[in-house]
Amino acid sequence: MADTLVHAVPDPAPVEEHRRAPRVRRTPTTYVLRFVATAYLFLLVAWPVSLVVVNTFDDGFGSIGSLLADPDMVVALQLSAYVAVWSVVINTLFGVGISLLLVRYEFPGKRLLNALLDIPLSVSPIVVGLALVLVYGGRNGWFGPTLAGWGFQVIFSTPGIIMATTFVALPLMIREIVPVLEEVGIEQEQAAESLGASAAQRFWRITLPSIKWGIVYGVVLTLARSLGEFGAVKVVSGNVLGQTRTATLAVEEKYLNFDPQGAYATAFLLAMVSVACIVVVAIIRPKNHA
Amino acid sequence: MTSTEIAAVRPARTPRRSGPRSTLTRSSGLGLGIAMIWFSALVLIPLAAVVVTAVDGGWDVFWSTVTNGQTAAAIRLTVLTAVGVTAVNVVMGPLIAWVLVRDRFWGKSVLEVMIDIPFALPTVVAGLVLLSLYGQDSPLGVDVANTRMAVFLAFLFVTLPFVVRMVQPVLEELDRDVEEAAASLGASRFTTFRRIVLPSLAPAIAAGAALSFARGVSEYGSLVLLSGNLPFKTEVTSVRILSSIENDNVPAAAAVATVLLAISLAVIVLLDVIQRRVAARG
Repeated sequence: MADTLVHAVPDPAPVEEHRRAPRVRRTPTTYVLRFVATAYLFLLVAWPVSLVVVNTFDDGFGSIGSLLADPDMVVALQLSAYVAVWSVVINTLFGVGISLLLVRYEFPGKRLLNALLDIPLSVSPIVVGLALVLVYGGRNGWFGPTLAGWGFQVIFSTPGIIMATTFVALPLMIREIVPVLEEVGIEQEQAAESLGASAAQRFWRITLPSIKWGIVYGVVLTLARSLGEFGAVKVVSGNVLGQTRTATLAVEEKYLNFDPQGAYATAFLLAMVSVACIVVVAIIRPKNHA
Repeated sequence: MTSTEIAAVRPARTPRRSGPRSTLTRSSGLGLGIAMIWFSALVLIPLAAVVVTAVDGGWDVFWSTVTNGQTAAAIRLTVLTAVGVTAVNVVMGPLIAWVLVRDRFWGKSVLEVMIDIPFALPTVVAGLVLLSLYGQDSPLGVDVANTRMAVFLAFLFVTLPFVVRMVQPVLEELDRDVEEAAASLGASRFTTFRRIVLPSLAPAIAAGAALSFARGVSEYGSLVLLSGNLPFKTEVTSVRILSSIENDNVPAAAAVATVLLAISLAVIVLLDVIQRRVAARG
């Protein structure tokens, strides 16, 4: 809206103009850059992703239908959803808590902790799986045999899959909330405190509403990441059909077992969820900025 | 220069620093304790276990595992490809960010969404997606499946968002008056870009490059279907670790995993340094 107005006025008089609506000085370079960026993204992302959709619907809705008729596949999809929900819940609680601690308090080792929280972003998923097996493996792990003695199996079972997924998605929530908390400041909370609000009241009435959108983005990103985790889950799950095989593991299995249709259909379902997540973020983000 | 000056000034302002101070209350201290127990159980202890297992066998075993022909080839391929991909991202990332921030055209918001897709798409699906355009049945007639080009392509796909997303907010905040002043003083567009814009973008580009390198080195999921995992040819480090795990050779897996962990730690330290530099500059 604003920029069409500015374009209609030829005289660049308004002082505020450069902040809201950048003047686009179109030179040949502009078009070259635009073309290069668009072509690069088209070849690397848009075309390949659209081909999965085309391949899935080669024979209409047949492949999706047969996929959902397969009970093992339904179990795999349910397991993926179940694990993702747990990962989102755990990381939301942990992320909100640790972000509050990092922003509002000083304590020894804070800088180190802040850096360590980023580790899961750059560790290979295979290393994540290996690390969890070394500690929680039923036979030789550090804690595994003890936990098994209490009747609690982690590796090759659902808790292990949840831990691996939670590990890889851990920093996403924190990275969304910390900047918001830093920007909000503590004046409102101090005012509430001086008026006699309890800690719980301050959290539910003031802190939580102000970081609401940060949490929403965090949840969406964590959900997308958790549904899609593959490498770490492959190491810890044992990949037992109908029990510990998640949807992402099924994509590989189906493709390698000469069922590309099934693989494409599963990939389509997963891609649809993650693209939906991205679009949701893209739609709500600008509103929050304004 | 300025950052060292600030660092030198800071202790003078607080004359007696008796260790880092704590402002934790009893309940927040308890919260921190619980959070640390969970973080240790999930992340710190397992990662320590990897290093301990690797060290357990002794230095000789560690060194011979890591320099074993097939493993060394895998590490070399992974690191070199990640370096190459990062170099492409260092050029393409700021270019795409520039187009997204400074240009206006129909369909730009679609490009905006496309940047995030590699981040959200399950990695194994990313592999399948690339295979459908650059594999056997390629409508383009380009078949790179099971070649080193496939590894490069997969890394390129999964690391796409990092530099773009780091540079974009900095570019949005950049004060355009300075650029206009430079232009009005007779600087060419190229000079303006090189002398005014590029220095402010440099920390963001460096941070994005570090992240994209780390992501490339640790990549696994997108390669399983695409690269064929041929030893000495397209086998990357993560695949090598997985095959050691599957052969029950845990010490070897831990040794190679330690190399990867060292790389990720180096990247995190680098990021921390860059962030502090930027913060110190104001």
